[in-house]
Amino acid sequence: MNRKAVLLLCILGIFLLILPKITNAYVLSVATLILFFAYTGQAWNVMMGFAGQLSLGHSLYVGVGAYAAAGLFFHYGVGPWAGLWLAIVLCVLLGMLIGFLAFRFSISGVYFALLTIAFAEFTRIGFDHIDWLGGPGGLFIKVAQRDKMDLLNFRGPPAMYYYAILALAAGAFILCFFLLRSRAGYYWQAIRENEEAAQALGINVFRWKMLAVAISSGLTAIAGVFYAFYYNNLFPEQIFHISRSIEIILGPIIGGVGTLFGPILGAAVLTLLADGITELLAAMGLEFPGIKQVFYGVVLLLVVMFLPHGIWPALAKRLGVAR
Amino acid sequence: MNFLEIQGISKSFRGLKAVANASFEVPRGAIVALIGPNGAGKTTCFNVIAGVFAPDSGKVIFKNKEIQGFRPDQVCAAGIGRTFQIVKPFAGLSVLDNVIVGALQRERSVSSARVFSLSLLTKLKLDAKKDLPASSLTLPDRKRLEVARALATRPALLLLDEAMAGLRPTECDEMVGVFRDLNRADGLTILLIEHVMRAVMALAQKVVVLHHGEIIASGTPAEVVRDPAVLECYLGEETEV
Amino acid sequence: MTADLANVTNLALAGLLTGLVYGLMALGLSVIFGIVRVVNFAHGEMMTIAMYAAVVLNAALGLDPFLAVLIVAAAFFAFGYALQAGLINPFITRPEHSQFMLLVAVALIMVNALLVIFGPSARGVQLDYLLESIEFGALLIDRGKAYAALVACATSALLFAFFRFTATGKAIRACADNFLGAKVVGLNVKRYYALTFGLGSACVAVAGCMMILLVDVTPVIGPAYTLLAFVIVIVGGLGSMGGALLGGILIGVSEAMAGLLIQPSAKSMFSFALLILVLLLRPQGLLGRKP
Repeated sequence: MNRKAVLLLCILGIFLLILPKITNAYVLSVATLILFFAYTGQAWNVMMGFAGQLSLGHSLYVGVGAYAAAGLFFHYGVGPWAGLWLAIVLCVLLGMLIGFLAFRFSISGVYFALLTIAFAEFTRIGFDHIDWLGGPGGLFIKVAQRDKMDLLNFRGPPAMYYYAILALAAGAFILCFFLLRSRAGYYWQAIRENEEAAQALGINVFRWKMLAVAISSGLTAIAGVFYAFYYNNLFPEQIFHISRSIEIILGPIIGGVGTLFGPILGAAVLTLLADGITELLAAMGLEFPGIKQVFYGVVLLLVVMFLPHGIWPALAKRLGVAR
Repeated sequence: MNFLEIQGISKSFRGLKAVANASFEVPRGAIVALIGPNGAGKTTCFNVIAGVFAPDSGKVIFKNKEIQGFRPDQVCAAGIGRTFQIVKPFAGLSVLDNVIVGALQRERSVSSARVFSLSLLTKLKLDAKKDLPASSLTLPDRKRLEVARALATRPALLLLDEAMAGLRPTECDEMVGVFRDLNRADGLTILLIEHVMRAVMALAQKVVVLHHGEIIASGTPAEVVRDPAVLECYLGEETEV
Repeated sequence: MTADLANVTNLALAGLLTGLVYGLMALGLSVIFGIVRVVNFAHGEMMTIAMYAAVVLNAALGLDPFLAVLIVAAAFFAFGYALQAGLINPFITRPEHSQFMLLVAVALIMVNALLVIFGPSARGVQLDYLLESIEFGALLIDRGKAYAALVACATSALLFAFFRFTATGKAIRACADNFLGAKVVGLNVKRYYALTFGLGSACVAVAGCMMILLVDVTPVIGPAYTLLAFVIVIVGGLGSMGGALLGGILIGVSEAMAGLLIQPSAKSMFSFALLILVLLLRPQGLLGRKP
């Protein structure tokens, strides 16, 4: 990373820090959404972008993380700071279970992707039948009072959620920055590029893939906890749905798989694009259900066709900063 | 006790015997070539040593330790490095990063791995290309990178799988020079599979000839090329002498 | 035959017939993957479009889906051919996640275009004879289901025959076995890929026209069918044609029977559990060749 990149990051950081002071509630909610997807995208990227394991079931970890923390809060009044740990432990175990099964039985590529979908779908339908967690009717936790700050229970005004997710996204970015430059980063990339060669160089492929899954699922669990306390309601149909998994991975793929800035850029581009399309269609008086997603789909199609490595590598070249 | 000792290994695929009861030794500090016509079982033999498959029977003893059935990464950790016949660079990574991955096997930190990798790249005359993506290298350079990466794991024994195949004679001679240096200066033991007889004759102190999975001859290069059994099995084979 | 046993047999039979239609849908996916090596993540969405096509042809022209199927299949063949030739062929050499994104984008457009055109409510076709049953003693078979299953069988048989006996079919299989070799002997691989995608799409079209006889359709049902098709082909063996039919029957029957044992809403949990088991224990599927 060169000086130009550091400068760009600093400007971005300062801008994001003062954003709640200079803007309205709507923009803040959009920014929160962007950061949420930047964070989950970064988490997914550890597994796919770094270690080359395509997961199409990351909604599983968002969902289990969310339900773990929300369930504890709802039934026992245990705050998210404690629930967070349960969420992380559960998701890491779940991720490692899937990883163990897949990697031990040497399931990779498309088959691995389908296995992750199967686990997520299985869990989605399963949660529909857990009445203790609300079943298909959903789990609702007490809505935050907008003016009162209760950090202990993570209830407060929108700006608090904004700063929380900003901290998470920044933390994930820094973590990934160091991971990529560590032994793990080198090993993961080697495994991604050529597993056989990686093994011949003394890398215990199984162990390092498991580490990638554990980190990725653990990070995603935290996003789930945030989701539960930000939205205050959880439905299996929504949170575990495959479209949620796709939302998570769109950002990094559009932004640039395996890059540090890709997930952030992709999340921003996609969220703003969706919003822009909504506004544009509203202005044109075209407001039927589905039309927004059609445009969204067309843009996605164009990006994958013409920017095969994502936006960031192309942009980085233009800006003259390292990838 | 020999440095590397292959004791009666056999390996079949779907009933087809690829290697049958093969035994040979590689003394410390030697360069040994494993040759034979196509389909003779050289690569299978090689893969058994490298841990790609476990042998059906027999032992591989390296530095007084049985290593047959080890995984490839364990074989590497034991001190055996290898290259692939069809080069397998980490295409998306830079040349330097490719070597660092190997160097991390013995180095404690990424920064010390980088220092060691740079010295290897210099030795293999790849230092000018260290920041290029491996995918942009030409075939001879990829072969060099393959060797640099394997050397980065600081092996006591290097297995070379057709490291010369596809190289022009001058490039081949250069590689021969590199391996001879490694052997003489660093005391590296080398076991190579090679089709290019020019390289075998120039490098090997001992040649083992495999045919239909069995060892039919072994000795110095000069002895082996006069062996009637060897001549017969190569008859009609395209060989570059 | 006791009433209970008859009931169970009827359920199983209904499941079997539905399963054959599922199987035909999955056959399309399996053929495409087996030859083009691309996973069609828009498969269920294509199925939904075919179902809507049958609805529209029925409502506008009064066409019976059993006749409409010819038009829809022909149109889908052309569409599939164009999709592969225009969009997917350039992605053949790209990484899996890139292909996946492309088809996800296509699927997204399909689902929501249907939503824009038809709105969110369910549609179906009403035909009097669909409600009739054929009786064999205590066994009752829905006429509609029986005909649908027959058409599914006939279509599958045609496809089998095409791949086994025609020169083009053999050439396509050669492309699947050895991409480079096929290129070397001068086969136009990309054209065959387009042909294959066209055929796979035609399968889905037929399956869709039959499915509308069994269930109503909504635009958002597409992803569920995509997942169902995945489950079936993985269970049967991705790329195996017989496996797709077998998988379809297995899933059809087990869904029908699962309704007896567990809550109906949980029945697809059963399918996913089956999928996970098969992936772990026999990843090549029941009838698949070892990769």
